[in-house]
Amino acid sequence: MRKPELLAVGLVALVLLVALPVCNALPPDSSLHLPDFTLNLFGKFLAYAILALGLDLLWGYAGVLSLGHGVFFGLGAYAMGMHLMLEIGAKSVYQSALPDFMVWNRVTELPLFWKPFYSGAFTLAAIVLVPAVFGFLFGFLAFRSRIRGVYFSIITQALALSAWLVFNRNEMNLGGTNGLADFKTIFGYPLHHAATQRGLYTATALVLVVAYLLCRWITRSRAGKVLIAIRDSETRALFSGYSPARYKLFVFVVSAVLAGVAGALYVPQVGIITPARIGVLPSIEMVVWVAAGGRGTLVGAVAGAVGVNWMQSWLTTSYPDLWLLFLGGLFMGVVLFFPDGVAGAVVGAAGRLRALVRRRPGEVLTPVGPETTP
Amino acid sequence: MRPLLCVLFVAWLAAPAAGQAAPLSAADRERALQALAGDDGDRREAAVTVLGGTGDPKWLAFLMALRDGHVYARGQEGATEVLVGTATSTPGDQPVIELRSPYDGAARGRAPLASLKEVAADRRLRVAIKPFLDADETRLQLADPDPAVRRGAAIKLGNQADARSASVIETALAREGDGWVRHALAEALALIRLGGADLPARLDAARALGGLHSTTALPALRAVARDPAAPSALRTAAERATGQIERWAMLTAAVETLFQGASLASILLLMALGLAIVFGLMGVINMAHGELMALGAYATFVVQNTFRAAWPGAVDYYFLVALPVSFVVAAAVGVILERGVIRRLYGRPLETLLLTWGASLIIQQALRLWFGAANVDVAAPRWLSGGVPVMVNLTLPYNRVFIIALATLAVAGMYWLLFRTNAGLRIRAVTQNRGMAGCLGVRAGRVDAATFAVGAGLAGLAGCALTQIGNVGPSLGQNYIVDSFMVVVTGGVGKLAGTILAAAGIGGLSKGIEPALGAVFAKVAILVAVMLFLQRRPAGLFAARGRSAEA
Repeated sequence: MRKPELLAVGLVALVLLVALPVCNALPPDSSLHLPDFTLNLFGKFLAYAILALGLDLLWGYAGVLSLGHGVFFGLGAYAMGMHLMLEIGAKSVYQSALPDFMVWNRVTELPLFWKPFYSGAFTLAAIVLVPAVFGFLFGFLAFRSRIRGVYFSIITQALALSAWLVFNRNEMNLGGTNGLADFKTIFGYPLHHAATQRGLYTATALVLVVAYLLCRWITRSRAGKVLIAIRDSETRALFSGYSPARYKLFVFVVSAVLAGVAGALYVPQVGIITPARIGVLPSIEMVVWVAAGGRGTLVGAVAGAVGVNWMQSWLTTSYPDLWLLFLGGLFMGVVLFFPDGVAGAVVGAAGRLRALVRRRPGEVLTPVGPETTP
Repeated sequence: MRPLLCVLFVAWLAAPAAGQAAPLSAADRERALQALAGDDGDRREAAVTVLGGTGDPKWLAFLMALRDGHVYARGQEGATEVLVGTATSTPGDQPVIELRSPYDGAARGRAPLASLKEVAADRRLRVAIKPFLDADETRLQLADPDPAVRRGAAIKLGNQADARSASVIETALAREGDGWVRHALAEALALIRLGGADLPARLDAARALGGLHSTTALPALRAVARDPAAPSALRTAAERATGQIERWAMLTAAVETLFQGASLASILLLMALGLAIVFGLMGVINMAHGELMALGAYATFVVQNTFRAAWPGAVDYYFLVALPVSFVVAAAVGVILERGVIRRLYGRPLETLLLTWGASLIIQQALRLWFGAANVDVAAPRWLSGGVPVMVNLTLPYNRVFIIALATLAVAGMYWLLFRTNAGLRIRAVTQNRGMAGCLGVRAGRVDAATFAVGAGLAGLAGCALTQIGNVGPSLGQNYIVDSFMVVVTGGVGKLAGTILAAAGIGGLSKGIEPALGAVFAKVAILVAVMLFLQRRPAGLFAARGRSAEA
């Protein structure tokens, strides 16, 4: 890492990992106190940022635009949610060992696929493995037959729609439209305690830093260069002896896992997961985070996820009607005027500034404007 | 107990008269009228049953007068005269009413209203009167000039299976010209006879119902087949008829599925056609296509409201105006989109996809803010409601037939435009090789705009058609759009035929597997099927070939 970059990333990591939780732990009358709500909100944003990193890896580096990442997010989130549901046990409204929605739906016995989720270790493994396996299967079929470009995007969108439809069904035993909610504890710690939430936040921030370093390592490696080559011209990469399908499959699985982990971190902090979070619209919203922040730069993806969601939580409370208009405008504006997002604009501006500063002393700026005319 | 006895007694009285509407004896008649004028609810009800049971139009008219409160009683208790009042007038200082006798309607002079006691029809009496008047009304409908009304009346009479209707149905059957009404009449007659007492008639009826493929008769036939009291010949006949009807039901179900598949395929085709043309020309998947459809639907809504306000007499024809209007509205918005933003991103399909998605959100939210989030009401014009009966128990709704016709027309129109006009020649030239076409003097920008306009217009047309089969709301486009993307992807960009085949395949397949899997899992199965299909042909059925395909 170059020095200034290391410094900047380290500083941000320090603020996210240490400063915010510490501020939150301060007594409420302290001027530096960070309210629980804000920290919780940030936890959600950082979970989204993990997903955005994966999506950026896929789209910004390999040029594969997935409009179905909500599905992988959902797989991780539901895996975590199922474990939390089972942890409630008999403390639920109906005092049954079954989750409440199963009692409503007159399910008398816990479905087989729910049973392993009693185990915390299995759940943690499932959060990684289920999106990975599913992503592998889907990606294998898609990339093997060289489905690419808009074709791939359309197929992933259809995937998001199908998953949304399926998760909405009551007979899937996943809570139907209402999803999974009303969690009480996570691994024994009560979820409504500020300390638990602080711990979850810190875990999210930590995972984000690790994910960032992982993605950075991938993009700097030889594989990362091949990914960029594939993005720029798949045919040329193919003719140079690389197998684009394998590289794309690898990066697709990585980004699916990151999305799943993000979902798993999202659930205990937000307290609910419904099919509405995994459908077509949320999936494509995820893309706009990356686009707005700046695809092809990992920092941009993180900044986009946090920034856009911050804006959303502000706009949807203050001007609920305007949010979709704003989101649409953001899509169009970013694509038209900031194809490289905020990060790209900043880098561009910094480059121009540097060029200005590095001018040799003797050089004279060609004056521009009306005063140049004699 | 008493009301039951009364009813039984009356039923016994009326039974011989069934089907013949025998005139009432003078004594019976007098007893019934006296009972009506009295206060005993049970006797009054029995009297209505006696009078209505005659099925005589004149008595029915009397019952109607009774229901409407025009019947009066005059004289002493026990020897009252029941009269029907007609016109009231006030020649002096109190109202006077013209009186007529019941049944024959002979004039009985005038009397001051105050001297008469009104024979009021309470709720119970009105309830007793209603079935007689209704049955009569249904029988009257058998002579209606509209065959649909006649057919409906015949079906209703069959469901009632009232033996008294048999003679009326026979008369109607003798003079009926329309085949469908004849069928319904024959079915009703057979249903009535099946429930009768005469064994040869019941056997004939069972056989006839089998030959008529009457689904409505299935419960009755099954009951007969299971009835241990029924003669064995009748039971065998009923069983055979049941089998015949069930086989027919399977056949109609198959034809119906086929038709539904064709209908869904035409909807998909209407939507995907515009999408495919734009995709073929510019490589742009227009994510706002669904919202252009919604715009077309809302344009239809506005046209309808304009007609309702300005020309209420011609409101049935609003749809004919709405078709071109929705095309033009969507096309105009399409041109604005293309000229305004999309053309700046030429050659970057993924960016265009996001851009059009953004546009779709804005259009959708604008519609929501303007028209409200709730669905709006678009009424079907009268000539599109109802359906055309093609087989027994199978009526194809006009709106679906219309959509199939519209899709066929749209495809024919696109073929004509692309292969028979100069504009089409230019479009194809730019599609095949943009640079070369430009060198030869084709203004690619203009062709882009025009093509986009046509594609968007087709979306508007699809939206207009969709108002006839679904809800019109701001998210109308979203419900179908992913399916139409699948059609485009499966069809490929090389030829229109790909889109047509893909629409037919996806529409037929989803309706074919829907009964087995349910709508949701059918959709998932379609996605899997498309994925597997793309394993064989990654660029769809008809891929663009050659160097330009690699762009």
